[in-house]
Amino acid sequence: MASNEDIQKDLEAREYDAGFVTDIESDTIAPGLNEDVIRQISAIKKEPEWMLEWRLSAYRHWLTMEEPTWAAVDYKPTDYQSISYYSAPKSDKDAPESLDEIDPKLIETYEKLGIPLREQKMLAGIKGSNVAVDAVFDSVSVATTFKKKLTEAGVIFCPISEAIREHPELVKQYLGSVVPPQDNFFAALNCAVFTDGSFVYIPKGVRCPMELSTYFRINALNTGQFERTLIIADEGAYVSYLEGCTAPQRDENQLHAAIVELVALDDAEIKYATVQNWYPGDKNGVGGIYNFVTKRADCRGNRSKVSWTQVETGSAITWKYPSCILRGDYSRGEFYSVAVTTQCQQADTGTKMIHLGKNTSSTIISKGISAGRAQQSYRGLVRMGKGAENARNYTQCDSLLLGDQCGAHTFPYVEVKNPTATLEHEATTSKIGEDQLFYCQQRGLSEEDAVNMIVNGFCKDVFDVLPMEFAVEANRLMEVSLEGSVG
Amino acid sequence: MLEIKDLHVSVDGKKILKGLNLTINAGEVHAIMGPNGAGKSTLSNVIAGRDGYEITSGSVTYKGDDLLAMSPEERAWAGVFLAFQYPVEIPGVNNTYLLKAGVNAKRKHQGLDELDAFDFMSVVKEKAKLVELDPSFLSRSVNEGFSGGEKKRNEIFQMAVLEPSLALLDETDSGLDIDALRIVAGGVNKLRSADRAIVMITHYQRLLDYIEPDFVHVLANGIILKTGDKSLALELEEHGYDWVKETL
Ligand SMILES: Nc1ncnc2c1ncn2[C@@H]1O[C@H](COP(=O)(O)OP(=O)(O)O)[C@@H](O)[C@H]1O
Ligand SMILES: [Mg+2]
Repeated sequence: MASNEDIQKDLEAREYDAGFVTDIESDTIAPGLNEDVIRQISAIKKEPEWMLEWRLSAYRHWLTMEEPTWAAVDYKPTDYQSISYYSAPKSDKDAPESLDEIDPKLIETYEKLGIPLREQKMLAGIKGSNVAVDAVFDSVSVATTFKKKLTEAGVIFCPISEAIREHPELVKQYLGSVVPPQDNFFAALNCAVFTDGSFVYIPKGVRCPMELSTYFRINALNTGQFERTLIIADEGAYVSYLEGCTAPQRDENQLHAAIVELVALDDAEIKYATVQNWYPGDKNGVGGIYNFVTKRADCRGNRSKVSWTQVETGSAITWKYPSCILRGDYSRGEFYSVAVTTQCQQADTGTKMIHLGKNTSSTIISKGISAGRAQQSYRGLVRMGKGAENARNYTQCDSLLLGDQCGAHTFPYVEVKNPTATLEHEATTSKIGEDQLFYCQQRGLSEEDAVNMIVNGFCKDVFDVLPMEFAVEANRLMEVSLEGSVG
Repeated sequence: MLEIKDLHVSVDGKKILKGLNLTINAGEVHAIMGPNGAGKSTLSNVIAGRDGYEITSGSVTYKGDDLLAMSPEERAWAGVFLAFQYPVEIPGVNNTYLLKAGVNAKRKHQGLDELDAFDFMSVVKEKAKLVELDPSFLSRSVNEGFSGGEKKRNEIFQMAVLEPSLALLDETDSGLDIDALRIVAGGVNKLRSADRAIVMITHYQRLLDYIEPDFVHVLANGIILKTGDKSLALELEEHGYDWVKETL
């Protein structure tokens, strides 16, 4: 039976199976960042003047900001002039009207990743049964499926570049209303250069008839991906949304600085799930995605509800704190997270729950798994504002260590300005038990299967709240991530 | 079925087993008794392949193969089963799911088709009756929140599902109340068969009233100090282990 050292050694042999490169002709703007580049992006996207102005003012603000250094991650500073801020597959200068217009190579890429763009395949039940997909390849959205069915329900689900042209009143009202351009260094950068992403609007009282999903893929070399997602659930609306991400295996680091804004009005509910599997770099820490993402939900309406569920296995560096502003009375925020870091990965992730309204409640369940030489931090803030009468929070942070060279750190921050608020916090750190492994092996499981089973059991609280369609995928991803844990 | 020859085992440099010999044939039931810390669990762990034991010399042959060269799961596939003295809790892992994975891994190894969820559930339900295990335990996390007695009952249930050739029961009776002991022992008796050997490690004659052994061994001083029939257990109950040491 392998010892912890063996497990660790084997984890280092882990392979990234989404690491292929698609050989496709791209239009890419030369590396560098200045006002001309932003004008160029805006022009390619055929954006109205107000959008360009918005971008430029964000850019000017960004120039005055400094990159944050407070996260417990360590990396070489990014040279923002060496990145290309726009890359698009040549055959799809603009989002295509139908799937037939898409380069077959792109469809192949997504199929390799197990993401079905062809509706008929989905209908045949190959994978998932009822999921509309928007696929973003480098800087453009290449396909949105199930448009007709959604339109009938009154749901708008389209690339954000299209929404800027087709639904300017909604975009103007909500874009930047949750994450303003001045919010932080990466947010300002994103506002200046974002190229695509998804836009969702669920009208009053509508329950979105299917799961919505966006897949992000970084393909081109030296390209940053700066996507922007905006989801609005109007009064009494409901939507469940999944975001998935992969990138090819490359020696250079690639930057991903996305923004996701969620707005829930009275009695609305948004479930947002992420399965993130960006390339993590090799065993020596060369290459991999820098994932600096700002995700925030505004529970603007009374009795509104937002849940963030994330399964994070990729990226060289992750810096990510999906947050909820609980503004409406009786609003509720939930954060369920599984983060796996192996080899040299670093993750600094967690959430912020900002309680402003009366009787607001939040739940935080964070499960961190570290192996190899990986370092992982949970950083969470729970703030109970003056008006947060009878607000409640429950936080549970569990860390599981595989091997003895990895680390888990927990930084819970609490600010309470209202004496009626209640908070509960539980935290555990455990090593995967030799006795648990032996027990499973004695029952006939290989050591690798035993590790997977114990890790999956550890994550059960989170997997249980994943949408059904994606629970299987999350399981598979965990297995891939911990693959090679037995010699 | 199992032949242990001159087995020497150390833990952390401390000699625990010092030249132990033991032969077990198919169809037999053996009881191993002995003072606390004598090395009874060490012996069963070494047979099942647990890490952390240094085997300094000797051999263990199982169905003609060198058992010590096999991984724990290979031993399980070959029919070795250990009912643990202290079954470990595995949070979030469904009891039935673990068992199904174990059964199917074994079947795969034997070149058989894997059982689907439906077929497996019917096997499981039938075996649960054998030890009167409440069906609610099937869907709970492995041993999590089980009482001591419930854990032991779960072990024998697993044995019934896995159908081993060689079952080692390490103090399965400890922690069982009188009713539970009768039920679990009844289950073990039903699992007795001509092609299966059972080794029971116990401190109490009580268990042997229910499951009658063919042989009773005393493990002390790192070896099998004395072997007899079931009457040896009665004498031990009366005179204690020192009596064995003195009579030699
Ligand atoms: N993992 C271990 N580390 C250190 N000592 C151990 C370990 N396992 C067993 N021992 C020691 O080995 C001896 C035999 O233990 P064990 O086989 O559990 O005895 P028994 O089951 O007969 O009561 C005891 O002295 C015990 O303390
Ligand atoms: Mg013992």
